Amino acid sequence: MNRNGLFALCFNALFALFMMGPLIVVIGVSFTPTGYLEFPPSAISFRWFRAILDNPDFIDAAWISLELGLASASLSTVLAVPAALAIGRERFRGRDALQALFLSPLTVPTVVLGVAFLRFLSLFDINGTFVGLVLCHAVIVTPFVLRLVLASVTGVDRSIEMAATSLGASHWTVFRRVTLPLILPGVVGGWVLAFITSFDELTVTVFIVNPSTTTLPVRLFSHITQTTDPLVASISTMVILLTVLLMLAVNRLYGLDRLLIGGEAR
Amino acid sequence: MTASGRTTPWLLSAPALALFAALLLTPLAMTFLLSFNSFSFYGGIENTFGPENYIEVLSDLYFYEIFGRTFLIAFITTAICAVLGLPEAYILFRMKPAWRSFMLLVVLGPLLISVVVRTLGWAILLGNKGVINEFLRDIGLITSPIRMMYTSTGIVVALVHVMIPFMILAVWAALQRQDPATERAAESLGAAPLTVFMRIVLPQAMPGVLSGSLIVFSLSASAFATPAVLGGRRIKVVSTTVYDEFLNTLNWPLGAAIAMLLLVSVLTIMIAWNKLVERRYSGVFE
Repeated sequence: MNRNGLFALCFNALFALFMMGPLIVVIGVSFTPTGYLEFPPSAISFRWFRAILDNPDFIDAAWISLELGLASASLSTVLAVPAALAIGRERFRGRDALQALFLSPLTVPTVVLGVAFLRFLSLFDINGTFVGLVLCHAVIVTPFVLRLVLASVTGVDRSIEMAATSLGASHWTVFRRVTLPLILPGVVGGWVLAFITSFDELTVTVFIVNPSTTTLPVRLFSHITQTTDPLVASISTMVILLTVLLMLAVNRLYGLDRLLIGGEAR
Repeated sequence: MTASGRTTPWLLSAPALALFAALLLTPLAMTFLLSFNSFSFYGGIENTFGPENYIEVLSDLYFYEIFGRTFLIAFITTAICAVLGLPEAYILFRMKPAWRSFMLLVVLGPLLISVVVRTLGWAILLGNKGVINEFLRDIGLITSPIRMMYTSTGIVVALVHVMIPFMILAVWAALQRQDPATERAAESLGAAPLTVFMRIVLPQAMPGVLSGSLIVFSLSASAFATPAVLGGRRIKVVSTTVYDEFLNTLNWPLGAAIAMLLLVSVLTIMIAWNKLVERRYSGVFE
């Protein structure tokens, strides 16, 4: 039911241009054959994509970000799923406080989280370690997993679980064979959102990396604050490509609006 | 879950609770304590305890300027996001489903793309020799470049781009909760499209705008990457000041005090805003 008038459609087109503009420019610049930022590029060249291969520090950083995203998203999912089962279906004292605590990393300014983690990790002399990064990122991404799993937990019909229990299934079997398959879209959606959040995180991470654990966003950031050259554009283009592929997959699976609102809509 | 009904939820939450107690509550408490320590250039952090850092921040106009700039940027960003995001969400809401899911990808997709990458895009667009200035010069509109890099305006433009998907999502959620019959009823009674929007849609979308504003404001006030790249050394905001105190000057106690003041002011504004909204809409949510 498209009832938008001409004015509305023009507004929409301009808005789409505004949203896509910076991304188009980054992608365009990365194909330049020249040594400076040029848009639109005078010719199409893969020179700056080949240049990525000559910069092992960026490739190392990309691997660290990938491993960090996988580890922290998985850790937070393992912790958030049981917590969501408790918060989503039990009534107990302290439930609201618990939920508020698990969602609080969304409210505390990220720069405050960054300095708090730096202070904590450096007192225990584990600042800059990969383990420290994983633990801190797990805290930051848990709210995203929790919200999506909570939304799917509240939709589960408990009579199916009771049927399984009455037929003699143990708690663990009920969870594995009945509950988990029912909440799986929320769990997978939450994991993907957590992975992307961790992979892109800058503000907290910039405080808690050392030169050997520098992540891709931190490496890109420190490069951009010194100079913007086509190399950062070509690396950014690769980041955009990876994100878009993940996004299309999750859009198929879960719906992008539902993923981002936290499962309440639709 | 009958006999163990009372302990089960706590057992299920225990692992996550342990992580949050160790890696969120403890670090925040330690940072709070750190903000009362003192710092000397030769001795580093000293184990004294006093309000000197807060006195230093609160008695220096330099810090007032930084806090003022940060909240002004956040406020203007929020206002622009509301004014642009509300109509865009409504337009999306009225689209045919096929078009809509494509446009949602275009409009909300950037949210998932790294803020560093998006800020790089704005740096390329806004520079003195950037895409916008070159374009305006080529069509003869300007002779000398308009300065947009290293200005508050540039930061606001890029922040609107980063934050507006949150506003659209919040309004979108509110629009989905409304009963479409109300709009059709107004139309069938002869209301003009603008009247329908102003009298029917806007009041129902308003809770979405208000909750979206809260998210956009608090995220803008603590944004780091965008002001750091587009503001450089010249236009400092609170988060880049904290970053400099911690990683350049190495005066951690002062940095911690500034961070705590940011946390307190953001939380105060959020709570006040929530109170205001609750009072205004106390009847709606019952």
